Amino acid sequence: MKGGISSGDTVLSRIGRTERTGTFITERDGMAIVKLSSGYNIGLPRDHLSLLARSEAVPAPLISVAQDDSLPDLSIVSTGGTIASRIDYRTGAVTSQFDADDILRAIPGLRGIARFQARKLYTLLSENMTPAIWTELARAVFEEIKKGSTGVIVTHGTDTMAYSAAALSFMLDTPVPVVFVGSQRSADRPSSDNTQNALCSARAAVSDLGEVVVVMHATTSDDRCSIHRGTRVRKMHSSRRDAFQSIGVPPLGSIKYPSLEVTLSDHARRRREDEPCLKDGIDDHCALVCFHPGMKPTGLELYSGYRGIVIAGTGLGHVSSELVTAFRDLIEDGTVVVMTTQCLHGRVCDRVYDTGRDLIRAGVIEGEDMLPETALVKLMYVLGNTADRDEAVEMFRHELRGEYTRRSVNGL
Amino acid sequence: MDYEALGLVAGIEIHQQLNTREKMFCACPTLLRKFDERNGEFFRYLRATESELGEIDLAAKEEMKHERLFTYYTYDTTCLVEYDEEPPGPLNAEALEICCTIARMFSMTPVPQIHTMRKLVIDGSNTSGFQRTALVAFDGELPNAGTIETLCLEEEAAQRAEGHTFSLDRLGIPLVEITTSPCMRTPEEVEAMARYIGMALRSTGRVKRGLGTIRQDVNISIRDGARVEIKGVQELDLIAEVVRREVERQKNLLSLREELRERKGAVKSEPADVTRVFSKTGSSILKKAPCVLAVVLEGFGGLVGREIQPGRRLGSEFSDYAKKCGVGGIFHTDELPAYGITAEEVEKLRVSLSAGASDCIVLVAADPAKASCAARQVISRAEKALQGIPEETRRMLEDGSTAYMRPLPGAARMYPETDVFPITISDDWYGRLPLPELLSAKAERFSREMGLDPALASQIASSEQVFLFEQAAASGIPPLLAARTLLATLKELSRAGTDVSVISDEDIMAVLSAVRDGKAAKEAVPAMLDALAQGRTLDQALSTCAPSLSREELEKIIRKIVEERRSFVVSRGKGAVGPLMGVVMAEVRGSVDGKLVSEILSKEIARVLGK
Ligand SMILES: [Zn+2]
Repeated sequence: MKGGISSGDTVLSRIGRTERTGTFITERDGMAIVKLSSGYNIGLPRDHLSLLARSEAVPAPLISVAQDDSLPDLSIVSTGGTIASRIDYRTGAVTSQFDADDILRAIPGLRGIARFQARKLYTLLSENMTPAIWTELARAVFEEIKKGSTGVIVTHGTDTMAYSAAALSFMLDTPVPVVFVGSQRSADRPSSDNTQNALCSARAAVSDLGEVVVVMHATTSDDRCSIHRGTRVRKMHSSRRDAFQSIGVPPLGSIKYPSLEVTLSDHARRRREDEPCLKDGIDDHCALVCFHPGMKPTGLELYSGYRGIVIAGTGLGHVSSELVTAFRDLIEDGTVVVMTTQCLHGRVCDRVYDTGRDLIRAGVIEGEDMLPETALVKLMYVLGNTADRDEAVEMFRHELRGEYTRRSVNGL
Repeated sequence: MDYEALGLVAGIEIHQQLNTREKMFCACPTLLRKFDERNGEFFRYLRATESELGEIDLAAKEEMKHERLFTYYTYDTTCLVEYDEEPPGPLNAEALEICCTIARMFSMTPVPQIHTMRKLVIDGSNTSGFQRTALVAFDGELPNAGTIETLCLEEEAAQRAEGHTFSLDRLGIPLVEITTSPCMRTPEEVEAMARYIGMALRSTGRVKRGLGTIRQDVNISIRDGARVEIKGVQELDLIAEVVRREVERQKNLLSLREELRERKGAVKSEPADVTRVFSKTGSSILKKAPCVLAVVLEGFGGLVGREIQPGRRLGSEFSDYAKKCGVGGIFHTDELPAYGITAEEVEKLRVSLSAGASDCIVLVAADPAKASCAARQVISRAEKALQGIPEETRRMLEDGSTAYMRPLPGAARMYPETDVFPITISDDWYGRLPLPELLSAKAERFSREMGLDPALASQIASSEQVFLFEQAAASGIPPLLAARTLLATLKELSRAGTDVSVISDEDIMAVLSAVRDGKAAKEAVPAMLDALAQGRTLDQALSTCAPSLSREELEKIIRKIVEERRSFVVSRGKGAVGPLMGVVMAEVRGSVDGKLVSEILSKEIARVLGK
């Protein structure tokens, strides 16, 4: 409330010789923003406004949506990624929707796939995601599976979705699909990828899958979604719909749109009758360090006391000779150091060149063809589940959730 | 027709593309491409989003009647912004400057801070599902006490290639939208106003020209009628006719309503399934259709087939509404028996529905869902006929009649484009924007200062080459020569098969400058331009079309010609100058200024005569 006029009030705005009616929206950077009756917003000095009438709050009618009891149960756990939103054309405000009814109203096609229960865990921008929240998320998803959900959909902002998907992959041994989904174009726009992604993720969640996956657009067209393994997926474009790609392995499958026909590859883990298993320990005293020419050894002092470091090295997994000593010191102090490649594609091999051999002698672990981000999450996970360094290293070397492969297949 | 008595009120909305270097929200060129130059295609679905009350915009809903898949053509001159795969860049400063210049030309008041909005458009013409638009200025002045309400800067939509396929080259070209108040009272006034605004826009020299670069929408209503918006009138010559025909349509619909009221017309609220009536019909459309539905319109008999506008009937309106559901059209009993439907079948239909001769029955044939949707559309339009005239957006047909497109869009379909920062317009900057001279003022000046014939002056002022003409005149090239070259010579060359599109403004200036500098005669201009079009350099063109002749050489040639025709000269006296001019010019092949030839020729003839 400022100067007696508050958001939603009807105001008279004076511009030049004429006055126009509009709705006061807000004041920003010294300008009052008014939505004129034509629908246009304009900014003008605050003293050009006079109050005409107080706003009459129009509550949105709450229509609950009937669900089909004969369909399987799905849980939606939201962390902040929006698959549904609502525009208030009176004020122009866009609000995210997390309630099951709201989601079903926004994407009516979901009603034909399953019965939904929605659980709002967080509403955060995914760049604000933390390892501590991964733990909470893993617990929430675990509870939903224990309750008997046919599958769980996790809505997530796309920026760090791959990290969270990797974290849940390690923390949760799930017999049913846990599907991460988001949208690259906000849900308020008619062209949003939210509808296709949501429908495909729901279909994946009732499918024969039995692991943690990411389901997002496969191409720039609205033709299909890819199913990516949570430990092998990476956001490879800042803005495109098909930003998510499996690296080093083919996707686990795809879902055609709009037919929603699911195809699973042989290497996708299938749905099982086992009990789910949760190991939710995580140690966030870990870092991902991207090596670059000119990197100073002193910069690494920052990481002393860290339990784990993943290096995104150059090429086959290198850092400058000058840094090898610094990493050796960290390892001698008890830090686990893992080498991955900033090439993203391909395998680390520190036995080809001298610096590589020096790194191995210093105790650096080769991260195989693991993505740097996945290696980081895995390192946090193994260190979060044992206090013993050697045991952690032993766990790290094991393939746990398809996060690396021992064969590099051509064409990927 | 007495338009004043009918209470005609009209306003226009003019959309003019701006000739900026880059598009409105990306760095792509504002270049139109040929469809077969495309380098890819992709496809998308568009969905209307929920508004606050859980309702989508009426116009948007209409487009949603069948969810549609849209295909888009891409080019090496489009980027991810047009794909709706990347957020928009900042609003194009050049476009805003042109827009504000235009606003200032009409003495408009700029908006203190400009906010870009998203206007919901889900007909496929925008990949995002909205058009970005910003309100820039208010309250402009027009001749004859006309006024402009608003001036907006918008991004152009993608061009429809065919059906549901659009081409992305046009998407994002900046567009100025000028909306007048409903200040016009006759069709001729509407045309004059559209011409004036178009002329003013072209005066900036910074708008695109050619077909499709300017479009007029007309808002029309008469007393007791309804506001109808007619979209996309491209030819100005048709605009008055469009207004006349819309007035006629509204007038006829009003008298149709009176007649229906007298007849106590009514619409049956439920369609009836009459598939069985046509099970053995000779009409292939009805026979093939899985479902035939009938709508009974009581008291409408004879009125559905009555013409309300040249080539258009009430039945055409029903058909337009029905087509929104994906059916091909409708049949109605006013036009039956025909199309393979027999009189017996019509009779059987009337009996089965207990409809009398004064009733009209409309048939729709399709699969059950489409047929039901179409029948309901017909019912809704027929009910509106009892009320009067529905408010609509219509599209122009070739001859100036119109067809229904969608309901008038409501105001409630805009929300902020949060990816684009607002821009504050300072009064100081706005006040110092230079105002271009109006083309109409230019025409007067050309006539006054350069002595051009007023008709020629106005022709050159309204031509695309006006700015090149001014540049030529300012550099000392004789205005008449420049005007003739630009208006006539180029056209003649083109007609003779020369590809004049490859002749640049610089080429034209170089040729005219050569004439100005005495390096070539003005008679050599066509040949030189032709040579340049063939890829010759200016020097090559000069040496082949206008070999330079010294005065002495010229005198020698002329003397020889005159001597050879001595008896002719003697017999014709001074009158020999004219006929001999042609002979000399043919000999020197346009390399010499005709004036000089005439001067020397007169002298030589005088010499012969004086002997
Ligand atoms: Zn672009």
